[in-house]
Amino acid sequence: MAVISYTPAIDRMPPVAKAGVVGWLRQNLFSSWISSLFTVVALWFLFKTVPPAMEWLFFKASWVGTTRDACSADGACWVFISVRFEQFIFGFYPSEQYWRVILAFVMFVALVGWLLVERTRHKGKVVFFAIFIYPVIAYGLFYGGLFGLPVVETHKWGGLMLTLILAAVGMFCSLPLGVVLALGRRSSMPVAKSVCIFFIEFWRGVPLITVLFMSSVMLPIFMPEEISFDKLLRAMIGIIFFQSAYMAEVIRGGLQAIPRGQYEAAEALGLSYWKSMFLIIMPQAMKLVIPGIVNTFIALFKDTTLVLIIGLFDLLAVVQSAFSDPNWLGFSVEGYVFVAAIYWVSCFSMSRYSMYLEKKLHTGH
Amino acid sequence: MSYQTKSTKHWWNNAQHRALLFQVLLIGGLALVVWTIAGNTMTNLEKRGISTGFKFLTQESGFGIIQSLVPYDESYSFGRTFVVGLLNTLLVSFCGIILATILGFTVGVARLSKNWLVSTMAGIYIEIFRNIPLLLQIFFCYFAVLRALPSPKQSMSLGETIFLNIRGLYLPKPIFESGFGLVLVVLAIAVAVTIALAIWAGKRQRETGQQFNTPLAAGLLVILLPLATYFLAGSPVSWELPALKGFNFKGGISIIPEFTALLVALSIYTGAFIAEAVRSGILAVNKGQTEAASALGLHQSMVLKLVVVPQALRVIIPQLTSQYLNLVKNSSLATAIGYPDLVSVFAGTTLNQTGQAIEVVAMTMAVYLFISLTISFLMNWYNKKIMLVER
Repeated sequence: MAVISYTPAIDRMPPVAKAGVVGWLRQNLFSSWISSLFTVVALWFLFKTVPPAMEWLFFKASWVGTTRDACSADGACWVFISVRFEQFIFGFYPSEQYWRVILAFVMFVALVGWLLVERTRHKGKVVFFAIFIYPVIAYGLFYGGLFGLPVVETHKWGGLMLTLILAAVGMFCSLPLGVVLALGRRSSMPVAKSVCIFFIEFWRGVPLITVLFMSSVMLPIFMPEEISFDKLLRAMIGIIFFQSAYMAEVIRGGLQAIPRGQYEAAEALGLSYWKSMFLIIMPQAMKLVIPGIVNTFIALFKDTTLVLIIGLFDLLAVVQSAFSDPNWLGFSVEGYVFVAAIYWVSCFSMSRYSMYLEKKLHTGH
Repeated sequence: MSYQTKSTKHWWNNAQHRALLFQVLLIGGLALVVWTIAGNTMTNLEKRGISTGFKFLTQESGFGIIQSLVPYDESYSFGRTFVVGLLNTLLVSFCGIILATILGFTVGVARLSKNWLVSTMAGIYIEIFRNIPLLLQIFFCYFAVLRALPSPKQSMSLGETIFLNIRGLYLPKPIFESGFGLVLVVLAIAVAVTIALAIWAGKRQRETGQQFNTPLAAGLLVILLPLATYFLAGSPVSWELPALKGFNFKGGISIIPEFTALLVALSIYTGAFIAEAVRSGILAVNKGQTEAASALGLHQSMVLKLVVVPQALRVIIPQLTSQYLNLVKNSSLATAIGYPDLVSVFAGTTLNQTGQAIEVVAMTMAVYLFISLTISFLMNWYNKKIMLVER
């Protein structure tokens, strides 16, 4: 009997065209002639735009100085931003009172940090503090009048500070109002249901600008003469109503996605309507619509810029008004880039955080 | 022994009774609010000496508008300013929807491209423009880009027919001569024949299974026939070129910079959102569907046309609807740069001139509500038509 010897063949290397840098390039950039064409066009476009943009933004830009003379003609002049920086952040808030705003902001960051970081204790108490006590403290700090703090009228609030106040109050109030509206829209009571539908469809059907116009020209007519509403408060009411309609629709989506069995099980346990909603249904629904809620927050944050149309000085408006300073004519691009960067970083990080949350809370149905 | 409900049970423990009570309270509360507001409004208006009603619509407006699609000058009424503003809003929304859709679909498909560079660039575009406020983008377009254009005397030009300067974009204007009607008639006939052809081809395919290249035939019919007629009739269109006269261009079609800035910013901003909708729609189509279609031996383009796109559209259409609505509503930001849209000329100038806040704001809001409800009605109808039919 012949012995059959088996000698395995030597492993062959993968084809050069599929491995390493060359393989990656072939697969991802030059897989076909049309793909190669796109790559070349894209590279040409990048070559034409990115280096000049980088030079303008960083390499040829002027960073230090206090006057216009510090600016070279070639690049961006960030001196304009640094000279005006305090005004962009605080608006027309008196500079010796800045500490009040900073204190409120630091408290806010600490609270949010406490709640966002996992494994911190006493979350329940902190939530209570953040919802019921912090807003009062913050208002007291911003407006003053208590504990010998001088009063700073709201028309002096401005800049990034005003933007953040508008956004935070809008988010804070529109969420509970949105929950109520969403529950009302799904209620079996015909009157409550139609009132909620009307409210939601009305505010969603009109642009925010007309809402702001309405709150600035019509609210004073609607109110008794003795009550004088401050401009900021009026804008805020408009924003809250507008935003809560959007929030309601997002939450309704979550409520609809909860399987019928959950409602039935809650009922079978003998829970009352409110108990079954807040112990069983809402927590699940809210978890489902976190991306939607964060998207609404992002939209609200961007929309706060519209208050400049009714004459409030938010970040964009303050920067815009600085362009007309005769000492600093012609720096509009720098100003816009600065504002855009602030908004972009905030919105982008919010959207990333929501993605992270979505992943973390995903339990799989 | 049978269980009996206690007769002592209080009536408010009954869910139905409680619902009734709650709703009565709700109606009462709302009525009270409306009553108070109406009362306050009456006294306030009386004190300020503002008349009510829509009589102001027939008064002479006394202000000019930089762009109007219908004849308009200072001597026209406030009612006319409403129409002018409305048409301008519709114009910029319509153009914006078309541009944003094209841009959005292109970028959305590019985002899914196998070419790494193309998909990354599409992703960067989406992330940048979605996360910056629209108003800022409009300002940037208007104040930083268009304001930096040269004066009319140094205009940029393309072959001495198209001019771009700080006052706007100037295009040649077509002037139709008598023979042009014939071209239009031929075009109409070609379209009619194409429709008939499509019906016939569909019927034949159902009966015999034979396919007919309808798109090619339609393209030939609709493009070649009118073109041939056009040249046979002796090219009955002449162009009026814009020309520099004095300080500005005269003649041709002029597009004001406010329109351009608003249109560009709206399309870029909304395009980023549409791109995401398109991407999510295409990704939502189960991979098995594509594979099954390929296994049946369908050609790549047929897989897209018959399997992927119809299913992706189900996901895309509702999101597209809300983006269109947003675009129409966002066109109201025009007022910030002075493009004469409805909000700018009516809720802005007209309100300031007449002081009739309630009527003006109500009319403006009614218009947007009407547009919103119409678009969502049409899209819902379309959505229902293409919706997945299950069991």
